[in-house]
Amino acid sequence: MATKILIPTPLRPYTDKKDAVEASGATVGELLADLTKKHAGLKAHLYNEQGKLRSFVNVYLNDEDIRYLQKEQTPVSAGDTVSIIPSVAGGR
Amino acid sequence: MSVILEKELPQLTNDEIKRYSRHLIMPEVGMEGQRRLKAGSVLCIGAGGLGSPAAMYLAAAGVGTIGIVDFDVVDFSNLQRQIIHGTPDVGRSKLASAKDRVNAINPHVTVHTYEEALSSENALRLFEPYDVILDGTDNFPTRYLVNDACVLLGKPNTYGSIFRFEGQASVFAAKNGPCYRCLYPEPPPPGLVPSCAEGGVLGVLPGVIGVIQATEAIKLLTGIGEPLIGRFLIYDALRMRFRELKLKKDPDCPVCGTHPTVTKLIDYEQFCGVHPAASEAASAAGGSSATEISAVELKARLDRGDKLTIVDVREPNEYQINRISGSILIPLGDIPRRYAELNKDDLLVMQCKIGGRSAKAADFLRSQGFKKVLNLKGGILDWIDKVDPSQPKY
Repeated sequence: MATKILIPTPLRPYTDKKDAVEASGATVGELLADLTKKHAGLKAHLYNEQGKLRSFVNVYLNDEDIRYLQKEQTPVSAGDTVSIIPSVAGGR
Repeated sequence: MSVILEKELPQLTNDEIKRYSRHLIMPEVGMEGQRRLKAGSVLCIGAGGLGSPAAMYLAAAGVGTIGIVDFDVVDFSNLQRQIIHGTPDVGRSKLASAKDRVNAINPHVTVHTYEEALSSENALRLFEPYDVILDGTDNFPTRYLVNDACVLLGKPNTYGSIFRFEGQASVFAAKNGPCYRCLYPEPPPPGLVPSCAEGGVLGVLPGVIGVIQATEAIKLLTGIGEPLIGRFLIYDALRMRFRELKLKKDPDCPVCGTHPTVTKLIDYEQFCGVHPAASEAASAAGGSSATEISAVELKARLDRGDKLTIVDVREPNEYQINRISGSILIPLGDIPRRYAELNKDDLLVMQCKIGGRSAKAADFLRSQGFKKVLNLKGGILDWIDKVDPSQPKY
């Protein structure tokens, strides 16, 4: 099952400039694994050296933060959209 | 509920009644709301891309007291988006320029300016007299500092942040609402997230986000509507699409949670992994470490006829503006896919605008077994300053 993943501007250089890509998996964790397999450059931005999701990158299933669902074990259903929301500091 | 409920509300003069008539005839604002605005105060952190439109609209709307914190000077490269400043202001202090503009828009507004860098030493003192804090800064240490100071003082923070075509906005640290640390407990390591100076920003983008921040400040002061608390608004200018995500207050948040571990302001440079003293000392000495090369040294090696390859990792549109003659272009994002084009036996000098992206590219190449990789310190800007002043800077 392919799920749409929305890619934020700072990470688009690693997805051939696409703002949305598709990945497969039954859980958010599986989806992200498939995503980083297809777009290897994303891996260092999403995961730390220990293979854990970085704490300044938030992952949302539709409009809910997966930290408050079942984290990477959160199941994905047909029609769901996953968003990656990194922290951005610009203002001037 | 208005954040200034407890204050005694001032009367409006006849001049003010005429000026604010479009507010006064709306029942949601009306005389009481306008008097709340007059009694209210907003501190804008930064008079840049976000602070410019925010301060101008807050002034026009009749917010009684506007404070502005900044220590920068107006530069030509600011004018594409920082609309509070004009071409004749280039070279002036941003505060002087912003104050003149605010006074011209609305002489009934009292403007306080603070020509200092916001720090853990002055933040609580500066924030204390204000009802709402408007975060228009441009770096992670100051973002966390503003957040923590707002939580400690119990003052709402109308937050906005921008990058290229995308903006984010929320209201943090409001009563019972989440704070910035609930959303992002930790900052990214330095260099991983590009700044606007490095990544660029569409000039109108801070206009949209700054005005959203001003809107939220006005709603908090008047107590009308549904504030952007517990919601994270994301704006994509290219797609022209707004999205809204839910934010929850994290009970384990180190600053606003049930058992806070941050109970006073800390060293935010250290927290964000920035060590300005060390890098300044290195650049002041003018030397190059084993992994870096200076512009002057690179020029000397080229003149000597040393065989080396300069790899420019900026984007093609930056390469069109200026470049080091003979360099090859491989944008940072393409490096993982194209590094095989580079020869491991050649000496590679990685270069970008100021040295951040090229350092990442150099690290990546070293991780792939490249041994002879140097990073051009200060990027093309330093090259232009020290070696080739005929080229334009951006």
